[in-house]
Amino acid sequence: MSAVLSAAILLALSCYAIATVLTAARLFMGPSAQDRVLALDSLYINGLLIILTLGIRYASNMYFEVALLITLFGFVSSTAMAKFLLRGEVIE
Amino acid sequence: MNPSVVPFWIEALVAVLLVVSGVFALVAAFGLLRMQGFFLRMHASALTNTIGAWCVTLASILYFSALEARLAIHAWVIIILLSITVPVTTVLLARAALFRERQAGADVPSPLGGNKPSSL
Repeated sequence: MSAVLSAAILLALSCYAIATVLTAARLFMGPSAQDRVLALDSLYINGLLIILTLGIRYASNMYFEVALLITLFGFVSSTAMAKFLLRGEVIE
Repeated sequence: MNPSVVPFWIEALVAVLLVVSGVFALVAAFGLLRMQGFFLRMHASALTNTIGAWCVTLASILYFSALEARLAIHAWVIIILLSITVPVTTVLLARAALFRERQAGADVPSPLGGNKPSSL
């Protein structure tokens, strides 16, 4: 792995880390419940990006399945919470 | 597995895609923190869901294709899955937010086809 790619991976991971911290700040201080759900969804997507970048860094295919699982669980949890906010219960 | 077999121009392209994805994720998180109002914040967080995920997945496809000398296109599943699930989540969350802000009496558009013509 060349120095250019290593530096780019380090820069991208730093950006994702700062983005995760900012999103977590919105998660903790969000004025309404839907803001918190949106911030949690963004946290899931940030984790997905971090996992994919680590997969490139360590040249391993194992990270791909983890990223797929994070995508699925993020969708299910965000949809369930949006349904709860809309109707007051998840499964009617 | 020897990572040094990847040609330099592919590594440079992967690096550019990763940096673009990181910058867009950072801008989206900054917008999520700074924008006023929930619907503006949804606009900001869509950046990560589209450009951030697309760029990092394309970088992954490119790098693993060059590393293993075959078409490693399996990461495309993430793009397909995201492009199906993100609109569903967005629409459900927007409807929930609209419903809750109407309940709270905020200044949001009234429901279409409702039975209250006085709310026009």
